[in-house]
Amino acid sequence: MHDAIIEAEGLVKSFGSIRALDGLTLTVQRGSIHALLGPNGAGKTTLIRILTTLLPPDTGTARVAGVDVRTDPAGVRAQIGLAGQSAAVDDYLTGRENVEMVGRLYGLSLRQARRRAADVLERIYLVDAADRQVKTYSGGMRRRLDLAASLVGRPQVLFLDEPTAGLDPASRHDLWQLIRDLVQTGTTVLLTTQYLEEADRLADRIAVIDHGRLVSEGTAPQLKDRVGGAVVELRVAAADRGRTLQALRDDGQQDPTVDEHGGSVVLPAPDGARTLTVALRRLEAAGITPQDAALRKPTLDEVFLALTGHHATPTGNGNGPARHLEATR
Amino acid sequence: MSAIATTRPLGLGRTLSDIAVIARRDLIRTLRLPDVLVTSSVMPVIFILMFTYVFGGAIQTTLPPAAQGRYVNWLIPGLLAQFALFGSQGAAFRMAEDLAKGVIDRFRSLPMARSALPAGRTLADLAGTTRTMVLLLAVGLAIGFRWQTSPIGLLAGVAIALGFGYAWSWAMAALGLVVRTPEAVQAAAFMGAFPLAFTSSVFVPTQTMPGWLQAFAANQPVTVTTNALRGLILGQGALPPGQTVTGQVLLALVWSAAITAVFAPLAVRLYRHTVS
Repeated sequence: MHDAIIEAEGLVKSFGSIRALDGLTLTVQRGSIHALLGPNGAGKTTLIRILTTLLPPDTGTARVAGVDVRTDPAGVRAQIGLAGQSAAVDDYLTGRENVEMVGRLYGLSLRQARRRAADVLERIYLVDAADRQVKTYSGGMRRRLDLAASLVGRPQVLFLDEPTAGLDPASRHDLWQLIRDLVQTGTTVLLTTQYLEEADRLADRIAVIDHGRLVSEGTAPQLKDRVGGAVVELRVAAADRGRTLQALRDDGQQDPTVDEHGGSVVLPAPDGARTLTVALRRLEAAGITPQDAALRKPTLDEVFLALTGHHATPTGNGNGPARHLEATR
Repeated sequence: MSAIATTRPLGLGRTLSDIAVIARRDLIRTLRLPDVLVTSSVMPVIFILMFTYVFGGAIQTTLPPAAQGRYVNWLIPGLLAQFALFGSQGAAFRMAEDLAKGVIDRFRSLPMARSALPAGRTLADLAGTTRTMVLLLAVGLAIGFRWQTSPIGLLAGVAIALGFGYAWSWAMAALGLVVRTPEAVQAAAFMGAFPLAFTSSVFVPTQTMPGWLQAFAANQPVTVTTNALRGLILGQGALPPGQTVTGQVLLALVWSAAITAVFAPLAVRLYRHTVS
C-alpha cells in the first residue's frame, strides 16, 4: 500500500438532504488509470471535487500525492491537474495562449510556460491548430486542448471528469490513446465515466460507485469473475421469453434476467457448462427451443447489475432518468 | 521534473503575476471581439447625444450658472460617473460565464493566488472603463463640452470616476458568482445600475425631485461621485448649496473605498467556495 497516490477514507458529503458521498473509501496506486464507474448522481463528480480541493468533505480524510486535501489544499493543487466535464478553455484565446496561461498560473516562468506549452501541444497533436483561436476548434480538439492545459503543470495525478462525454467514437478513441500515453510518463489518472466500454478498455482498475458508496473495485476481469465468472445467454423468440424466465426460475437457484437490449435471457453460470446444460434441459421440458445458447463472460453492464441491483442502462429497472447511463455494446 | 521543483512559491510576487495573467486574458478577449467593442461604444454616445439635444434644452434652465448655460457641461461629469458604474457590469457577466463553462473549477484547482481571478477581472474592467471615459470626453468636446476649472481638475475627476467603477466591479463580480446564469446576471446588474443612475444628479439637479426621493437621491453614491466630478471639472458653483469640492471629493472616495471594502472580500470569499 506504500505506493498509493490517492487515499480516500470514509468520505461523506451532503448537499441539503442529498447524501452525495456516503462513507466512500478508495485507494489509487501510482502510475495507474483508475476509472470511477457509476450512473449520474452516484457521487463521482463530488469525489473528484473533494480530491481536487474544490469542495471540502463533511467528514472523512483524503490524501493526494501524500498531501491532505483538508489541511493543505494549496499543496494538493501544486500536484494535480483537472479537466472537468466541459472543456474549460477560452474561445478567444489561441490554443497556445490557453495552455501558456494555465502554465503561468501553475507558477511557471514565462519562458518555462512557453516551452512546456509547446511540448504539451505536440504530445496532444494540436501543433498545427495551436495558433488559431479556440472558437474554430471542433469538440474533440477542445477536449484535447483542455487535457493539454491540465498537463502543462506536469501533475502527478490527473483528474478527468467524463473526459469523452459528447465525443464521436473516433475522437473518443484518440483521447483514450492520449490518456494511455500519459500513464507511460508516470502520471496517475483518475477518471469518471458513464461508459462501461470506456472503463473496460481504458482503465487498469475500476471502482464501481453507486449512491455515494464504493460497491466494488478491481480490474475489469476481476469484477467480472466476482459476479460468478460466466453467464449463460439464451436467445428465445419474444413470445417464449416469459415462459423461459418462468421455467428457469422454477429451478429455484437461478436469477434470470432479460439483458439490457431486451433480446436475450441471461443468467449467472456459477457452475459454467453445467449451468448451461441444466438450463437447456429445463427449456426442453417446458417445450421451448432456444434460437441460440451460449456460455460467455459477463459484460460490465451485467456486472453492474449484479453489484448494484440495477442496470447501468436506462432500459433497466426503472430507476428513473437520474440513473441514466449510456448504453454501450 | 515535478511541478513543485519548478514553480515559484506563492507570495506577493506570485499573486501580482497571477492577477496580471488573468487581466491579460480578459483584455485579449475584449480586443478580439471587435463587435462588442463597437456596441459597447454606442450606448455612451447615444446618452450624450440624446440627453444633450433632446432633454438638454428643457433641463438647461434649472442648471446652476457654473454650467455656463450649456447642458453638455453639466452632463459629461455625470455620464463619467454613470458609465463607470455601467462599465462594471462586465465583471458580473464574465464571472457567471466562467462558472457556466467550468473555467472557475479549473482555476480553483490550480496553485494560483485565490484572489487573482476577481482581482484580475476587475483590473481588466478598469481598462475598459478608461476607454469609455476617453470616448465620452472626445464626443463631449466635439459637441461643445468645456471644463471650467483646469485639465488637472478634469483628470482628477476621471480618476475618481475610475475608482468608483473599480469599486463596483467587485460588487458585480460577487453578483455574478451568486446569480450564476450569464443572462440573468446581465438583467440583475442592469436592474440595479439603471435606477441608481437615474435617481442621481447625473441628468438633473436632485433639488427638482420630490422630497422623499431627494433624501435618497442627494446622498447615494452615484450623486456623491457626480457632484465630486462636477466640483472638480466645473468648479464650486456647480455644487448644491452647502457642499464644497473637497468635501464631495472626500465623500466620493469614502463611498468607493467602502464599496470595495465590502465587496472585494465578499467576491474573493464567494469565489473560493463556488463550484460550477
